[in-house]
Amino acid sequence: MKKLKIFTRIIIAMCALAMIPSNFVSVWQIQLEAPQYPEGMKMEIWSHKIAGDIDKINNLNHYIGMSQIKEENFPEFKIMPWMIWGFVLIGLFTAIVGRRFMLWIFTSVLVASGAWGIYDFWHWEYEYGHNLNPHAAIKLPGMSYQPPLFGWKQLLNFLAGSFPDVGGWLIIAPAVIVVALLMYEMIRKK
Amino acid sequence: MKNVSIKNLLFIAVGFLAAGFFSSCKPPKVDSAMAGDAAKRVYVAPGKKDEIYLFTSGGFSGQVGVYGLPSGRMLKQVPVFSQDAETGYGYSEETKPMLMTSHGYTPWDDSHHPQLSRTDGQDDGRWLFINANNTPRIARMDLGIFKTTEIIELPNCGGNHASPFTTQNTEYVVGASRFSIPYDKDGDAAIAEYKDKFKGTISFIKVDKETGRMNLNFQLLVPGVDYDLSRAGKAVSHGWVFFSCYNSEKAHTLLEVNASQRDKDFIMAVNWKKAEEYLAQGKGMKWAANYAHNVMDEKTHTATSTMEKEVTVLDVKDLPGVCYFIPCPKSPHGCDVDPTGEYICASGKLAAVIPVYSFSKIQKAIEAKSFDGDFDGVPVIKYEAALDGEVEKPGLGPLHTEFDDKGNAYTSFFVSSEIVKWDVKTKQILDRVPTYYSIGHLCVPMGDNIHPYGKYVIALNKITKDRYLPTGPELTQSAQLYSIDGQKMQLLLDFPTIGEPHYAQACPAELITKHEVKFFKLDSNSHKYACKNEKDAKVVRNGNDVHVYMTAIRSHFTPDNIEGVKMGDNVYFHVTNLEQDWDVPHGFAIKGANNSELLILPGETSTLKWTPDHSGVYPMYCTDFCSALHQEMQGYVRVSPAGTNTALKFSTGE
Repeated sequence: MKKLKIFTRIIIAMCALAMIPSNFVSVWQIQLEAPQYPEGMKMEIWSHKIAGDIDKINNLNHYIGMSQIKEENFPEFKIMPWMIWGFVLIGLFTAIVGRRFMLWIFTSVLVASGAWGIYDFWHWEYEYGHNLNPHAAIKLPGMSYQPPLFGWKQLLNFLAGSFPDVGGWLIIAPAVIVVALLMYEMIRKK
Repeated sequence: MKNVSIKNLLFIAVGFLAAGFFSSCKPPKVDSAMAGDAAKRVYVAPGKKDEIYLFTSGGFSGQVGVYGLPSGRMLKQVPVFSQDAETGYGYSEETKPMLMTSHGYTPWDDSHHPQLSRTDGQDDGRWLFINANNTPRIARMDLGIFKTTEIIELPNCGGNHASPFTTQNTEYVVGASRFSIPYDKDGDAAIAEYKDKFKGTISFIKVDKETGRMNLNFQLLVPGVDYDLSRAGKAVSHGWVFFSCYNSEKAHTLLEVNASQRDKDFIMAVNWKKAEEYLAQGKGMKWAANYAHNVMDEKTHTATSTMEKEVTVLDVKDLPGVCYFIPCPKSPHGCDVDPTGEYICASGKLAAVIPVYSFSKIQKAIEAKSFDGDFDGVPVIKYEAALDGEVEKPGLGPLHTEFDDKGNAYTSFFVSSEIVKWDVKTKQILDRVPTYYSIGHLCVPMGDNIHPYGKYVIALNKITKDRYLPTGPELTQSAQLYSIDGQKMQLLLDFPTIGEPHYAQACPAELITKHEVKFFKLDSNSHKYACKNEKDAKVVRNGNDVHVYMTAIRSHFTPDNIEGVKMGDNVYFHVTNLEQDWDVPHGFAIKGANNSELLILPGETSTLKWTPDHSGVYPMYCTDFCSALHQEMQGYVRVSPAGTNTALKFSTGE
């Protein structure tokens, strides 16, 4: 059994605890700017809900035939809070047990969850961007309205931006550190 | 022939000489005192905002104008005492009660003096009060939403001119009668009996600290002269109000001559705290009355009009210590209290001096009973006993004075068409600038506060003439902006205004913007006929009344097809704007309606009553360009002849 260094264990525990607040703040944000909206609009994705200017965005989206964005359409909001609590518990357990295989498991869970998250987000964006009401008022041949996965993208008169929010960074940063710790432990043991 | 020509030559020569003499001696015009960098000082770059809100009375438009300074750009006209077809004010079912009076529906008035609410003698940016002069009323505008939310009628009053002046903490807004009237039973008296039977009243309207709600607490019955303008005391003189009075001759005809005979008229000093004491002792008479009190409910977006039936009246001649007259040179207009509260300056329209009274001297004179007899039972304080000093040779036709933060006063002069700056303590004249033309009131931002904002003085002129591009016989009204930062006043800007801006008040923008409302919350809308969800839109028949519960959202009405309306029906369109964003109003209009459109703000419900005059299919549409598909925001109402059996039905998108 390969034991982790006490330093590694403390950092893992801190990373696990750092993820807790992401259940109580916005994880991801989509920003929209247009000539008529210099102040911008923001859609916030929390682990358990959508917030921000969602009514305004839905109202504008009906012109291009985009489906209404409604919380109840996303089963993810029932799962994600538990996933974050799962990360925290697995992280703390890893720190307590202090075995390298646990760090392997923790890293794998984080990376797999991350991959799933990115795919799932892209999938919804694709769904909303392409699955348009054929009777929409504004129809441009070949135009779809899939927001960017990350970064900025111009969609008609709207500039759409997609970025992690506070809660997102509180998951991404610890996850990166955990991966780095695993690599460090691997190198150290050789 | 010869004789004649020599004589003629002589005459011609004399004529030339005279012409030369007069032209060479014609004095130059007064310098306009235009600042060289005026353009820079009033320029507010695109996208930038003004520093100050200016609220001007609309005069005979009955409304309030809102401007930004220093740019002079007009921002809004707020309907107050007159119907406004643009917003549906006074036309929609919700707002009609706002214009009810004891005389029935009263769709016009003459608004003169805006007054901001204040706390500790400083403008607090919460409400704006304004008087109706013709059918006496006082209105309160909510500065969070820039809408008129309350109007109270003043009973026993002819011409509510000396109004609505607020006390230091907006404990009261006061309104005094310009035209005295008889108070006999039925009010029926011969006009020639003016001297014996006509009286004035001063109304004290209490303002609720939290809600702003007004309530006529008591009225003072005062001698029958004309009460013109007023200011409440502040700081040392808090608890007192001062009124200017003209027509102490008690003339009832040809006042321009008959009310200009006496050398002195009066300033009336009223101790309202003393009046409150008498009120508490039950010294008031209960008079039957009939006056409207109209309140707009912010949750139901609906106004109610209640007729109040009683008022408490205190007769000042029986209640010592409430009222004193102070002689004041000829027909005073302005009656203004300086920032310290100690000095009261009165502007006699026909006077050669501006008298400045001292509040502490007035108190001493009252204590020492330095009276010159009485006028209708009210003691007249000796002029010299109340006087602090006179401003000598100030100009012609002084009207109104405001103050800066450095101890200076600015007085407007109608006849000599100028603003004169003078020192309140020394009474020395410091500077004068011409105005274009014949200034009435003037306004210094917070110029009647304990701590004025200063910086500018705004001239509110009575005559416009050649200042702008001409527009036929009727011209725009005109105001000028002057800088008062330096020693010399400097003209910065001319700007046109609506109606006749008798008076204006100005305050720094952040006092207002800090509590600005961007839209009404749909969740809080408790209008009886609100429809907060398209699914609940419906049409309900109740006898001959058809109620349409309609929604508006970009870019459609629900329902937008209605059938089953019959001739003889009254149709009520209750339109709820479902938008919850800033600056997305919807309009509603239907062909042949004998009133106006509706302008429905986000989250609000408004009702248009429509009585079709002919069978047919009537188009209706959104009148406020709301969105890219605004032009598609339309629908139809089918009206069938009476007695047919067209079924009531309604739909959108079917």
